[in-house]
Amino acid sequence: MSGSELQLVGVSKTYPSPGWGRDEVAALTDVSLDVVRGQSLGIVGESGSGKSTLARLLLALEQPSAGRVLFRDEQISGRAERDLRLFRRSVQIVFQDPMSSLDPRMKIHDILAEPLRALGVEVDEAERVRSLLESVELPPSAAKRCAFQFSGGQRQRIAIARALGPSPSVLIADEAVSALDVSVRAQILNLLSSLVTDFDLTLVFISHDMAVIRHLCDAVAVLYRGSIVETGLTSDVFRSPREAYTQELLAAIPRIRAGRGRD
Amino acid sequence: MTLLAGKVDEAQRRSAFRRWRANPSALLGTVIVGVIALTALVSLVWTPYGPLAIDTNHTLSAMSASHWLGTDEYGRDTLSRLMASCKITMYVGGLSVLFATAIGLPLGIWSAWNKGWVSQLILRAADVLYGFPALLAASLFAAAFGASTNTVVLAIGIAYIPVFVRVTRSAALVILNAEYVLAALAYGRRPFAIVRKHVLPGIGSIIVAQMSLLFSIAVLAESGLDYLGLGTAPPNSSWGTMLQSAQNYLSSDALLCLWPSLAIVLCVLGFSLLSEGVSELRDERGGR
Repeated sequence: MSGSELQLVGVSKTYPSPGWGRDEVAALTDVSLDVVRGQSLGIVGESGSGKSTLARLLLALEQPSAGRVLFRDEQISGRAERDLRLFRRSVQIVFQDPMSSLDPRMKIHDILAEPLRALGVEVDEAERVRSLLESVELPPSAAKRCAFQFSGGQRQRIAIARALGPSPSVLIADEAVSALDVSVRAQILNLLSSLVTDFDLTLVFISHDMAVIRHLCDAVAVLYRGSIVETGLTSDVFRSPREAYTQELLAAIPRIRAGRGRD
Repeated sequence: MTLLAGKVDEAQRRSAFRRWRANPSALLGTVIVGVIALTALVSLVWTPYGPLAIDTNHTLSAMSASHWLGTDEYGRDTLSRLMASCKITMYVGGLSVLFATAIGLPLGIWSAWNKGWVSQLILRAADVLYGFPALLAASLFAAAFGASTNTVVLAIGIAYIPVFVRVTRSAALVILNAEYVLAALAYGRRPFAIVRKHVLPGIGSIIVAQMSLLFSIAVLAESGLDYLGLGTAPPNSSWGTMLQSAQNYLSSDALLCLWPSLAIVLCVLGFSLLSEGVSELRDERGGR
């Protein structure tokens, strides 16, 4: 149970600003974060707080400008791609936009088989695709169709199935339900939380939505303008937020009954 | 979700053909281009008369049963020369477009992927090349290497490289910004595999439409350069050289000018229609 899957140690990330000037834009400043094995960690913050940069760093799709990224206590930042095979199999991602996260020209079978082929996972492809579809509650016949023939919620299920393909231990969900409408969102959230249990996943759930995080996560880290301002168990943070910014975020959760106090 | 999945494949293939048939631009373009390509092929093995065969007894003869489209000032059969010119047109158009694609496509994809100073350099170089008139380039090449069909291929080919760089780059950028490319990187696909599996299939129809469009412009450019004497040299026939020699007889034998002009117009029309058809079919599928 214990031990880290992923760790950020004093990580900063700056991007060169557009134009000829030498100014840089800081996306993340001195962020340290511990993704504990078996835990569901929520990362919450508003647009532009550096959430997506954080996800890309955790996936080693970008290199930190300063600091280190560790996977199971081994540094992965700055490593050559060929040294990352185990890491690539172990850490997978579900993106926000169900329209752009699946190649519209590919059959679902190929979309789900691609990670297996790329990572050299030796399985019966057809059998694996069928079981992946089953685990996200889609019929086997879906494999023969193209992505554009599915609704947003179904596409997000396919994206989840693709991420589960290489049997990862960590699943990163970057605003994975934000583009879905409310009833579909609830379905996908329930699916995610049962998959986390069934497949023994460590979940990193990145969102701007405190209510969703409370539903899904054991711990939460609050990101504000590229820095982590508060971390803690979800229940603690929700009961007694220390930072003013966290209090603001909590106050922004819409409530159905007016005048109901914070729980 | 309740569709019979087994039938989907076949149904999709059939509907692609049906949409092709139902699209007037695509259908007409294919037919015209097909006829021209077929004529070019046939002319390799058979023409009614030899395209270079001089017959001094029948100079500038009118349309007749033996010479369907008449003869020119040397008594050469116009239909035979038109047919033989088809292959020059296909050769120049095909080769120059392939040349431009072969260089412009990789550069375009590369500059879409890498946003560093090298790709900026490529784009600026493309801009400079874009601003350089093709006609001037053709005259330079003709002066340097002598006027020939291959000079025209080179001049047109080079002139089109920047067009392909830009079209490819902007189409590839759309694909590369999609989240499925990030997902592919996250499951360990390397850039080459991503280009092969996602980028090329994604931009394929745009590239084909662009190739067809540039083919039609190449036909015009080739005829123009030949007409100016910068390309295919007499006695070999091309529509441009035919037009050039026919203009001397414009008042006495206007039909002699008409045939090569018609051939050029038809060919340009065919390839433009084909290009438009491919784009329309792509749009019908919502850019897929």
